[in-house]
Amino acid sequence: MTAEDVTAQPATAQPVTAQPVTARPATAPAGPVEPLVQLTNICKYFLGVTALEDINFPVYPGEVMCLLGDNGAGKSTLIKILSGVHQQDKGTYWFDGQARRFTSPREAKACGIATVYQDLSMIPLMSISRNFWLGSEPTRGVGPLRFFDGPTARRVAREELARIGIRIRDADQLVGTLSGGERQCVAIARAKYFGAKLLILDEPTSALGVREARGVLRYVRQARDEGLGVVLITHNVNHAYPVGDRFTVLGHGHSLGTFTKDEVSREDVLELMAGGEDLADVGADDGADDGADAGVDAGAGAGGELADE
Amino acid sequence: MASVSPPAPPRPGRHPDAMDRIRPLGPLQRLLRRPDLGAVLGVLVSWGLFALVGGSSFSTADGAASYLADAAGLGILAATVALLMIAGQFDLSVGSMIGAAGMLLAILVVEFGVPAWLAVIVALLFGAGYGALNGWLVVRTKLPSFIVTLAGLFVLRGLTIALTRLITGRTQVGGVDDVDGGSLVNTLFAARIGPFSASVLWWLAITAVCAVVLSQTTFGNWLAATGGNEDAARNSGVPINRVKIVTFMLTGLAAALVGVIQVVEAGSADTLRGQMKEFEAVIAVVIGGTLLTGGYGSVIGAALGALTFGIVRQGIFFTGADTDWFQVVLGVFLMVAVLVNSWLRTRALKAR
Repeated sequence: MTAEDVTAQPATAQPVTAQPVTARPATAPAGPVEPLVQLTNICKYFLGVTALEDINFPVYPGEVMCLLGDNGAGKSTLIKILSGVHQQDKGTYWFDGQARRFTSPREAKACGIATVYQDLSMIPLMSISRNFWLGSEPTRGVGPLRFFDGPTARRVAREELARIGIRIRDADQLVGTLSGGERQCVAIARAKYFGAKLLILDEPTSALGVREARGVLRYVRQARDEGLGVVLITHNVNHAYPVGDRFTVLGHGHSLGTFTKDEVSREDVLELMAGGEDLADVGADDGADDGADAGVDAGAGAGGELADE
Repeated sequence: MASVSPPAPPRPGRHPDAMDRIRPLGPLQRLLRRPDLGAVLGVLVSWGLFALVGGSSFSTADGAASYLADAAGLGILAATVALLMIAGQFDLSVGSMIGAAGMLLAILVVEFGVPAWLAVIVALLFGAGYGALNGWLVVRTKLPSFIVTLAGLFVLRGLTIALTRLITGRTQVGGVDDVDGGSLVNTLFAARIGPFSASVLWWLAITAVCAVVLSQTTFGNWLAATGGNEDAARNSGVPINRVKIVTFMLTGLAAALVGVIQVVEAGSADTLRGQMKEFEAVIAVVIGGTLLTGGYGSVIGAALGALTFGIVRQGIFFTGADTDWFQVVLGVFLMVAVLVNSWLRTRALKAR
């Protein structure tokens, strides 16, 4: 049975409780900025299971779109569609003004979509410079005598890492000697260097301590300020809220809504992720933040400190 | 810009504290980062040992020629097997390929009167082609290459014995050296320079090429990446399937070359040639500091591992002790090498 067969008899079993919220799209930003990514009614089915149903959201250049949701909400399926690992069964994936259907991660990468997976981006037993250049190695010489240009590889890797505040003794150092946060930063630096327009970050802070998470989030913000569109996948609101400009909350394969930062408080987002039932009063709930925020801030960790700067 | 919160000004010069720790790296730590350090120690220890107890002839040129010749055949294999293991794959069919390619050469020349040079080319192409088949099977079935090539070990050996008996009625074919026009082939594969055999030169040349490929080319980078983390390599755009197939072709080609050298040197082929070579090659590579799990290793180390092998095997012979003890020493060597190398690797990852 193929995915197409499934689409013929779509998810009648799925409750459509979230529909009213999905129907209320986030307001487009003022000005002539075109979205880098626009998803319209994206659906994905796996052998009779609805993985994603009618997902809509934009990602603008120079903005961080946070994709939030509990485990099994459909976050990873969605980023796999964005990065070309899976293809949507229905709906349109607009990237850079064109309707796209990437058939491989390689194709997506060639269009400027860089995905940094939680721990699948770096090769621990290879040097930093070789990791940095993997798949796009610089060479010198011609024909069969074309060799890996080690000096260039080392110099560029050093420079790019220095720009983001990671000082390394030498670029021949194994990536396995870097901390988790540094590895995330190297992966992001690599994506930026090779011309990514869209940066997809899959749980970049989930395995990190508070300080390291702060470093990675600061760098995410730096990438955004340089004009990249960023999709940040996380289940940690405290990490998402300080860097996010726009938030899409997923639950059971449905979008529970997309909001700009001034529409929701950290507390609202948390509530959306946890329950998803009390959706009606989310937007109007502006006054309810006072008492709740204190409690959230106490446990805010990396995100909280970042926001306070 | 459309962002809701104003972008914070960048703050150069202020880094997270956790990313700012650098300790000086001593020369000892630098040395310990080399994967082939263990193999250097292996060569020094084994050579020193047999120079002491192996009698006076061990340390002569003739002694050297004997362990170099022993090491050469294994070393040719080990250089390519090291590349393959760094890519995270095994090839257990190389031993059977030595017998198969050698027998193919002998039958073509002796039974069918094919010119020796042409038969050599056919045998080498057969090795590379079979390697491509191995690689294709591994890539398509997604089975561990250990299993695929273990099956190949038996299939290839069985075919060699069965077909040879079918064609010649025997399991050995002699008279390869009697054919006309074999002089070029003889010079290439069996010439002697003083006491040293041509295979030593092949060994050195192939080791040099493989070492350069591993450390100085894009393909070498892809090899280590494929073995180090297949998913990450694929995500980075490395054509991992092509990398695997090409590397299997190299081990097949190297095994066929060893088979050709043996047949040309001996003037005859035996269906049982190359038995256990697949394991000896793995041992030489592992002694050389290459990880069994792939992603990390050294071609120079594999050459030193093969040299250690030759020194121990011939050294025991020079001491006059029963050569039955060779396998005992070999097993102990393997254990010690793996222990030393895993310790060295832990140090390498600590050496920031």
